[in-house]
Amino acid sequence: MQLNFDLRKPIYLQIVDEFKRSIARGELKPGDKIPSQRELAQKVKVNPNTVQKAYQEMERIKLVETLRGQGTFIRKDESVLKNIRDEMAREALRTFLQEMKALGFVPQDILALVETEVARQEL
Amino acid sequence: MVESRYIVEIEDLRKNYGSTRCWRGSHNSHGLALDGVTLNMARGKIIGLLGPNGSGKSTLLKSIAGLVKPSAGRVLVDGEPPSVRTKDKVAYLPEIDHLYSWMTVKEILDFMASFYSSWQQERAWELLEFMNLQGEKKVRNLSKGMRARLKLVISLARNVPLVLLDEPLSGIDPPSRARILESLVFQYREGDQTIVLSTHEVTEAETIFEDVIFLHEGKVKLYDSAENLRARHGCSIQDLWEEVYG
Repeated sequence: MQLNFDLRKPIYLQIVDEFKRSIARGELKPGDKIPSQRELAQKVKVNPNTVQKAYQEMERIKLVETLRGQGTFIRKDESVLKNIRDEMAREALRTFLQEMKALGFVPQDILALVETEVARQEL
Repeated sequence: MVESRYIVEIEDLRKNYGSTRCWRGSHNSHGLALDGVTLNMARGKIIGLLGPNGSGKSTLLKSIAGLVKPSAGRVLVDGEPPSVRTKDKVAYLPEIDHLYSWMTVKEILDFMASFYSSWQQERAWELLEFMNLQGEKKVRNLSKGMRARLKLVISLARNVPLVLLDEPLSGIDPPSRARILESLVFQYREGDQTIVLSTHEVTEAETIFEDVIFLHEGKVKLYDSAENLRARHGCSIQDLWEEVYG
């Protein structure tokens, strides 16, 4: 995991997002072990308590579980994986729609443009 | 005695170096180096003490270390005023070069080991290796960056609840600055040690800080967790610096 933090936003949330992205892309799979908090803090050069906060958040949203004496693992729960993919897709769509609206496009035009573009790229 | 949540408690601390003495030309308009500082520092945190030259950073750290006597107000370290007893609980890294230049790195470590009961020799060698320092080298033959690394090894090798680092990044090469910051994460142990690091070079250090204190003309201008500040202001600590001091 190579992280370039946007220092204008809380770092722990960016760590959580990076794990979500890795899961959505399939680089991390259910049951995979992730680095210990200490290892990650050293690797990305972040305050260990900030990393701890990120791990607590990932446990809270049931993304990972920590097994005593064994480490932290991506939960073996396919619904979690699906939720993350859905969430990231919604996020991408939200950004896209915002920009299209800012450019003055109405929903009907946007739909038509998306259809055209999808068809064109599939050729 | 019940252990306080705070390793450092400061109440209305004032320090006046005296009007006849020009202290590094950096007096604020009242002639006070510290002008009513009130703050607590929690245990187990890495705290950034930020401010330009003359804002009172060094004086504040020296007051906590017991090297400067307050003109007024109160300082408590682990529940008691700075004294010989609290010196066993505090590792202080001064801004100046204080190591004997004729000693080798190894001799410095042995010297410190005999000097401090809180010294951890194994830890010291581990840190030495992390810092890429060689034991047989003489201090006088080390570059400025390497001497800065050695000073840090000495501060971090002691098993004490409070480490005060006065400008450990100032005026040294970028690789040494990076290594020093990494060593703080490397040596971090679950919640039992507070490290206070003063600096006016924020960008490189800001991901290392859990809390930041902005000092301005001897007063606390801002004190919060770095993550709260990012969330609330939507900007980096460096951006905030420019807002506060710009």
